[in-house]
Amino acid sequence: MECVFGLVGDGFAVVVADTSAVHSILVHKSNEDKIMILDSHKLLGASGESGDRVQFTEYIQKNVHLYQFRNGIPLTTAAAANFTRGELATALRKNPYFVNILLAGYDKETGPSLYYIDYIATLHKIDKGAFGYGSYFCLALMDRHYHRGMSVEEAIDLVDKCIMEIRSRLVVAPPNFVIKIVDKDGAREFAWRESIKDVGAPTA
Amino acid sequence: MKLDTSGLESFTPFHGGGNDLCGGFSSVPSFELPSSTNFDDFQKKAMQMVKPAKGTTTLAFIFKEGVMVAADSRASMGGYISSQSVKKIIEINPYMLGTMAGGAADCQFWHRNLGIKCRLHELANKRRISVTGASKLLANILYSYRGMGLSVGTMIAGWDETGPGLYYVDSEGGRLKGTRFSVGSGSPYAYGVLDNGYRYDMSIEEAAELARRSIYHATFRDGASGGVASVYYVGPDGWKKLSGDDVGELHYKYYPVVPSSVEQEMTEVATS
Repeated sequence: MECVFGLVGDGFAVVVADTSAVHSILVHKSNEDKIMILDSHKLLGASGESGDRVQFTEYIQKNVHLYQFRNGIPLTTAAAANFTRGELATALRKNPYFVNILLAGYDKETGPSLYYIDYIATLHKIDKGAFGYGSYFCLALMDRHYHRGMSVEEAIDLVDKCIMEIRSRLVVAPPNFVIKIVDKDGAREFAWRESIKDVGAPTA
Repeated sequence: MKLDTSGLESFTPFHGGGNDLCGGFSSVPSFELPSSTNFDDFQKKAMQMVKPAKGTTTLAFIFKEGVMVAADSRASMGGYISSQSVKKIIEINPYMLGTMAGGAADCQFWHRNLGIKCRLHELANKRRISVTGASKLLANILYSYRGMGLSVGTMIAGWDETGPGLYYVDSEGGRLKGTRFSVGSGSPYAYGVLDNGYRYDMSIEEAAELARRSIYHATFRDGASGGVASVYYVGPDGWKKLSGDDVGELHYKYYPVVPSSVEQEMTEVATS
């Protein structure tokens, strides 16, 4: 039921993930952020088993930071993606991590890029991709409406179309989604799409 | 009969060890529906399958004044009630509480271990550990034992420098920060009452009553929960036990027996 999808536009890449933390039939939380900001210009959207998701993505984040501290320059998106895939592959035959990842980044030399890394350490560089049951609905929709060099407005419009499709067609559709974007100005949260607002503590 | 819903089924670690690895990956994760001869039995079996396995009801929520933590006190082994007086709220240190759901020994041991680690942190750093830090310590320990059969579904509730904190940590390695959680086989029932009655700005008495009521309703419907509903409050000065009421007595308090007017009294039929 976890949906993560993303696409590359003109000078930016966007990653969208649902925000529900589910345990069998119980929804423990509907505002769980599954897209990690790896460093200033990288996003890591992950879906899968809850323990693995947090532990593995934090491990990748800390190692990416370590490289930057040691060498004084940040990793490129391609290098980060290959490192992530390498870690998944090494663990695969012993103690596999059940996490599917979409890694988006912006490099000054090569521009925006998106990498598809699944739980058995497959790595593909892609323009658009999706994981989870939502992918059955999103992929065809994205294939139909995507074109190279979309603007932010066009891309978010396509993202909203995908979210609406998931909400209306998936039997146990997640109510809320988070959208994060990465471009030359960095990686940041773009918007939330909430249909159920959690009654929580008011923000200071 | 197979209903292909891999989202409902959490990823189970590969069965049978390494040689089974390829087989585990190739099969589509699916939700086995129980097979039985009659419909009523099927319904009961299907419900048993989706209900959280840990036989208990615990809950905790953050509100304006702090954190309210409540739990039942029944221990069950299948259909046998082994104890009605289990302490399911564990005192990690004077300002942090942990709740127990799952294996009693696992919870008690690892909470005690967490208490030790928290104290060591205090001694080494000359300041109290935060709730975030304590829950992360526990989550990392449980993650390292992933797949080895630990059964722990716990909430770490406490008050630190940043205010009230509440985390849900389980033996699959998951850790969630939140404002309202309920864990155990009675948790769906408790969630129903808790979600509906919750407001952020409640007084301590109102919050305690909401917690007590939620536990009571869960024990009413769930066979694996019962005994005594304990309610603890965690405030800026640490935790304090507010009440411990037997749920049987709570039942008659909430639904007092109304002497109903007798409509027709049985009388002896006069024999002629």
